[in-house]
Amino acid sequence: MPDPLLSLCGLDAFYGDFQALYGVDLQVAQGEVLAIIGANGAGKTTLMRSISSLTRNRAEMVRYRGENIGALRADEVAARGIALVPEGRQLFPSLSVEENLIIGGQIGRKGPWSLPAIYTLFPILQERRHQQSTSLSGGQQQMVAIGRALMANPNLILFDEISLGLAPIIIKDIYAALPGIIGEGMSALIVEQDITKALAVSSRFYCLQEGRVSLEGASATVAREEISRAYFGVA
Amino acid sequence: MEWVNVVVQGTLLGGLYALFAAGLSLIFGVMRLVNIAHGDLIVLGAYLGLSVTTVLGLHPLLALILVVPVMAGFGYVLQRGILNQTLGKDILPPLLVTFGLSVIIQNTLLETYSADPQKMNAGALETASVSAGGLSVGLLPLLTFGTAIAVIATLQWIFYRTALGRAFRATSDNPEIAQLMGLNRRHIFGLAMALALGVTAIAGIMLGIRTSFDPSIGGGRLIFGFEAVIIGGLGNLWGTLAGGVILGVAQTIGAKIDPGWQLLAGHLAFLIILALRPNGLFPRIDG
Repeated sequence: MPDPLLSLCGLDAFYGDFQALYGVDLQVAQGEVLAIIGANGAGKTTLMRSISSLTRNRAEMVRYRGENIGALRADEVAARGIALVPEGRQLFPSLSVEENLIIGGQIGRKGPWSLPAIYTLFPILQERRHQQSTSLSGGQQQMVAIGRALMANPNLILFDEISLGLAPIIIKDIYAALPGIIGEGMSALIVEQDITKALAVSSRFYCLQEGRVSLEGASATVAREEISRAYFGVA
Repeated sequence: MEWVNVVVQGTLLGGLYALFAAGLSLIFGVMRLVNIAHGDLIVLGAYLGLSVTTVLGLHPLLALILVVPVMAGFGYVLQRGILNQTLGKDILPPLLVTFGLSVIIQNTLLETYSADPQKMNAGALETASVSAGGLSVGLLPLLTFGTAIAVIATLQWIFYRTALGRAFRATSDNPEIAQLMGLNRRHIFGLAMALALGVTAIAGIMLGIRTSFDPSIGGGRLIFGFEAVIIGGLGNLWGTLAGGVILGVAQTIGAKIDPGWQLLAGHLAFLIILALRPNGLFPRIDG
């Protein structure tokens, strides 16, 4: 692969005293959509936290556009163009919907995403823009979380469990919007429990099992039995 | 008429207490830091004002132009240099460190300025008064009250209308996720402390014009500040003003009944409100 946008080299990461990732190697190319699948506790969220530096690592373990970023602070990583849509949305309750979006863009990176662009993507947010973010439904809150990350005009966007806790119809809507979001030359890493969804939107996937990559490959051609084996670790 | 006068004077006194409390409220609101040294920082502001007025011969109110930025700068350095290191899940380290800071400030002031009570000379402003409808109101208390309103309105505007205020609220809501917005939490906290100590400088100078002060009075100002914040409800700036007024009125009513009861009446009002409304009268409403 020619010069990946992001590469993880032997990433060891810890969740408190517990080692959550063991020597994970992973590459994301420019414009590529990657799915990360794996059971609960496999280390998916720790992987997201490590890339965005919410969990700090050794500098050379996370390499982004030719720079070792593993030891940077999370705000420095964000300024370089990596945005995270965190698990559980994590909106700012004392900010209105619009303020949540604006603060996402405060980093000041140039690009296609702005308030009007977010409102075109999710018109309901424009209607609700002055409300407290906590007064929205779960699906609408997820739209705000996605919009907030997009406002930073990232090169790489990380989605952590975007369908968790949402009604199936909402999940369908959000996944329908994804190609329009990622289609702007952005790369994306999608963590998802729903394997079918994850494989449908990605070109490649990595499967984590107990903190190690147990399988990687092309999303379109992988056999289901292979995934079950890698997912659960049983033959 | 006598009692109307008592309430008016108490209300104006409450303006001073609201100034004491505003910085405390802001710091707690943004970073959940309880600053035990706040009262001593107010006194430090008064002494800095005293130095500026005696060395440069400026009017105390003009001294604000120098003292506010100096205190704000000190606040930023203090936060980034020391207090940020104490913040975490455990609430004890910031209490202990600010308690230590309180001792250090008191003793430094004692070494520098001695224990003699000092006062700033504000000239005619100290005794000027306006009369209306049988009431005579001092210009200085009126000015203090107006300053308190202006300070709280400005803080309110910063919090709810500016990018800095958005950053304060976001960092207060969720410091970790705020970092993902490119906000450096340490810097944001530094700015919050700078703003708080800028307000504290105003409080210190208003205090130093109104009454005499010595290095040991910080603790009492801290208590008044705390009581005003808690009566008003944590994290609500207008509530803090209301809390200051309630405390001021309770004190002047107490003093009216018996001069020895001034402080006791204030503390009783605080205890009653705390017993009936543990979250204060106007707690911040958020989801």
